[in-house]
Amino acid sequence: MPTFVYMTRCDGCGHCVDICPSNIMHIDDKYRRAYNIEPNMCWECYSCVKACPHQAIDVRGYADFAPLGHSVRVIRDEEKGTIAWRIKFRDGRVKNFLSPITTQPWGTKIPDFRNEPEPSDEMRNSQLLAFEPKYIRMDDSDIHTLESNGLKFKEGVYY
Amino acid sequence: MDIKTIVEDNIDILVVGAGLGGTGAAYEARYWGRNKKIIIAEKANINRSGAVAQGLYAINCYMGTRFGENNPEDHVRYARMDLMGMVREDLLFDMARHVDSAVHKFEEWGLPLMKDPKREDIGAYMREGRWQIMIHGESYKPIVAEAATKQVDKVYNRIMVTHLLMDDAQENRVAGAVGFNVRTGNYHVFKSKSTIVGAGGASNIFKPRSVGEGMGRVWYAPWSSGSAYGLLIEAGAKMTQMENRIVLARFKDGYGPVGAYFLHLKTYTQNGYGDEYESKWFPALSKMVGKEYLDTEGQHLSHKPIPTCLRNHAFISEVNAGRGPIHMVTMEAFQDPHLEEVGWENFLGMTVSQAVLWAATDVDPKYENPELTTSEPYVMGSHATGCGAWCSGPEDISPDEYFWGYNRMTTVDGLFGAGDTVGGTPHAFSSGSFTEGRLAAKAACKYIDDGKGEGIKVSDKQIADRKTQIFKPLENYTIGRNEIVAGTVSPSYILPMSGLQRLQKLMDEYCGGVTVSYVTNDKLLNIGLKKLAILEEDLEHIGAEDLHQLMRGWELRHRHRTSECVTQHTLFRKETRWPGYYYRGDAMKLDDKNWHVLTVSHRDCVTGEYTLEKAPCYHLVGEEGEK
Repeated sequence: MPTFVYMTRCDGCGHCVDICPSNIMHIDDKYRRAYNIEPNMCWECYSCVKACPHQAIDVRGYADFAPLGHSVRVIRDEEKGTIAWRIKFRDGRVKNFLSPITTQPWGTKIPDFRNEPEPSDEMRNSQLLAFEPKYIRMDDSDIHTLESNGLKFKEGVYY
Repeated sequence: MDIKTIVEDNIDILVVGAGLGGTGAAYEARYWGRNKKIIIAEKANINRSGAVAQGLYAINCYMGTRFGENNPEDHVRYARMDLMGMVREDLLFDMARHVDSAVHKFEEWGLPLMKDPKREDIGAYMREGRWQIMIHGESYKPIVAEAATKQVDKVYNRIMVTHLLMDDAQENRVAGAVGFNVRTGNYHVFKSKSTIVGAGGASNIFKPRSVGEGMGRVWYAPWSSGSAYGLLIEAGAKMTQMENRIVLARFKDGYGPVGAYFLHLKTYTQNGYGDEYESKWFPALSKMVGKEYLDTEGQHLSHKPIPTCLRNHAFISEVNAGRGPIHMVTMEAFQDPHLEEVGWENFLGMTVSQAVLWAATDVDPKYENPELTTSEPYVMGSHATGCGAWCSGPEDISPDEYFWGYNRMTTVDGLFGAGDTVGGTPHAFSSGSFTEGRLAAKAACKYIDDGKGEGIKVSDKQIADRKTQIFKPLENYTIGRNEIVAGTVSPSYILPMSGLQRLQKLMDEYCGGVTVSYVTNDKLLNIGLKKLAILEEDLEHIGAEDLHQLMRGWELRHRHRTSECVTQHTLFRKETRWPGYYYRGDAMKLDDKNWHVLTVSHRDCVTGEYTLEKAPCYHLVGEEGEK
């Protein structure tokens, strides 16, 4: 049923409830543990699986078309900046994959603009966005315009 | 239930929906508005919300201008051709001339972009196709969310925004938004001088192929509830190209992406009997759409890619001719271990379900060519289609009909759009949506600095009326539930899921869904509109047993309004512009003489009547006057 939660691993911490984009991971009133309240609104996006500190959440493919006996497990490690996947086929074959998720320490590379100097009036009245024209041209000139690129707008059928 | 009213007042810029469009808006707004009050209202949690919640394995809109790869106008021509001419080229040019600066920022923030080993000296990115670069994007959304969160005064997570607030002092001016917290049930009022809607397009308005548990395995996220359109149409904003729904050719059932497979892995399709099928449908198709759009003899000489919808047409025709299923030939490419790894990681990075499905069915594409399918239709504005609001373009390039003061502002004063919200800008994808958010935010700052947001008044009555309306489904349920013993069947209310399924069935059958092979006509569309009107009456009787269902109820309202607009537009455009996306059975040809125009609609907020008009379609041409 897309995601499900193992009773013995979940401690009801609510990380999955906090992160689920579909708002379908809820805490069960009786057992004080998480469960998927609406499997047919689950995208199998794995946000909750990745967020669970106890690997208590797993996915069983949609019953409409996915036979039993498979598993796709994941460990997302923010400190190492990696994500590790293990795919287990119904017939027992296994594949492993490892990818980076970031190249920088979390929370360090984004400036707070409130501490930066204000843009000039000339910048404000131009078409430039923050930090441009860096990265948007091959040479050092200004932003592309119709004039700079030799273009005109014409009404009619053009292909 | 004790419902608290929480008012956030004196906001300068309110961002509704913090996907890629909304995060771009929030980030840029602070750059130009250092002392402005900037607030985000997000339905889920900003760290995993929107279409990129799961991650992405590619950025599909990157010019590479600094590496001499493309100029903005090249992308405009590509998008024009892919959408059979129907695009807003001022908005596209504007997005394309800025998009690279966003992508390079993502890299600085930590998003792992793959580098081209052959161009290591200049640091060029690994190309998947002419416009696509490859990334390890599992954490794309958390990284971008951090950039937005850092700049704003406050992020309100778990707020379902149901309506925009309108100014009571000046007609046709936005004054913020209202909604409720889906966890606490508190009523939230955001009073703002300007509002940037970055909400999502619409999945789940046409009956999906998988209707049980698998109904969640839609191509576009199930939480994309058409709020981009539901909110705007209700506020009286004009919409454009809403008929231009999209159908996707994808791996069957899991809807795993095919872009990397076609472009990077060089896999290709064949029918159930191992034959190439596309080319044999093209001569007849060329007669339908005209040689200008599909030149069967000259195509290989012109190097123009065949429009996505036309390739769909060949797929659908071949399946209907009884030679399905269509397979993706992966067995050759997957013999290369590097390409095999790319093939799998592509799914794990953005559609884990496809890996789950192949594991469950023992499909290893190295030894077996997987099946493809064509999806149910989706209504959105950032992939290979351009539904959305009719927005102003930038002052330095837009023709008069496309310009009214502020870039990306809708026809409602102070109301801006980004991502799926903006019409006529297909092929924006994640990076282009973020860029549109940036453009909207800079314009919104200027709007406020020009004094255009002064003197906004929101009456207590407007706030109180919306509150009553928003929470009514809870009351409907409480009262109606007493009539019956147990179960889901009541004579006085319908549950949100029942309403959604009714909507999906009628859109499918009357507006060109999968069960009718994407065909509709004027008769069917008119019946569809009648049924939508009756459904709207019943939506007053939605019963919500809890806050979660209340959210589903309002998502349904947004999906319904979107559907109505789609049906109106589909009826208006009397031609088949995009065979493979949908067909007007009563007008099976592309008709450039009468319909080389953009469709624009306006819904009267009081009467609910739609007015549709044709807007000129301007094209960018070189000074020598290419044709």
